[in-house]
Amino acid sequence: MNVGIVIVSHSPKVAEGAADMVRQMVGDSVPLAYTGGDEAGGLGTSVARILDAINAAWSEAGVAVLVDLGGAETNSEMAIEMLPPERRERAVICNAPIVEGAVIAAAEASGGSSLAKVQAVADELSSQ
Amino acid sequence: MQIDSALRRRLIEEMAATVEAHCQELTELDQAIGDGDHGTGMKRGFDAVLAHADKLADQPLPAALRGIGQTLVMSMGGASGPLYGTFFLELGKALDENPDRAAFAAGFARAMAAVAARGKSEPGQKTLLDVLAPVSAALAENETPAGIARVAAEAAEATVPMQALRGRAAFLGARSVGHMDPGARSASLIIGAVCAVLEGTSG
Repeated sequence: MNVGIVIVSHSPKVAEGAADMVRQMVGDSVPLAYTGGDEAGGLGTSVARILDAINAAWSEAGVAVLVDLGGAETNSEMAIEMLPPERRERAVICNAPIVEGAVIAAAEASGGSSLAKVQAVADELSSQ
Repeated sequence: MQIDSALRRRLIEEMAATVEAHCQELTELDQAIGDGDHGTGMKRGFDAVLAHADKLADQPLPAALRGIGQTLVMSMGGASGPLYGTFFLELGKALDENPDRAAFAAGFARAMAAVAARGKSEPGQKTLLDVLAPVSAALAENETPAGIARVAAEAAEATVPMQALRGRAAFLGARSVGHMDPGARSASLIIGAVCAVLEGTSG
């Protein structure tokens, strides 16, 4: 099973739009979930919703999480820590721009790459 | 000091009432240098805590603190949810049921360190750590509750001339100077609320 991709943006529209671009690229070959907005539906991120997204995109190969601004990263870290112990080690946050990162991570994942490889390819975007 | 169920409930009520009373102020501070969600986020979080006040206050102090942290994490959203949540979760892990002053000061310091790790930040970067750090020092020096509240309020004021290096305000660079940090202000308000309740008790 391929690595799953989770997109976490402050904006529901950005999250959905990035997910659309991933789907266009890789179709249904990669488990994909996205979340944007806080508990009240405004701009922001929510630990509970991120947890739901990670579980929705769960793959035994792990999931790579793409985030936008600071709170999305902090809330995603919190969500990962709240996963069951056997899943915690197989969810990672990529250090990459959210749209480009999601597309390139998904493309890598669709070829059957490991979680470490998917994360490394996304992280390379930040070092270019 | 003994923080019994009735006192735990008063502390929860006072924190929630203080956040409610200052919601608009926190929003305005955050609109100046952040994304403007701090007042509503804090209110959502502490309203959720207040809604569970009976259940939380009935638990021993460590479990009550962890329950508050969990509730804040799951309800606040934004960048401050995990920071405030982490603070209460770690304080709950650090304390036993009847901590003395030294144990409380040590627990507070540990919770502050966890917040710093969560936010990848340190004091001096115009965040709530700029309030937590001097309060932690005042606790270790056996300051009275009224004195600690004063330290917290002054520390929040002292963030005005700072330039933000963490959080959304960091994008503004030098333009963040001249505004009080909303997280520092909310931390001083919460600490002030707790101190006001404790000042009125024997502790």
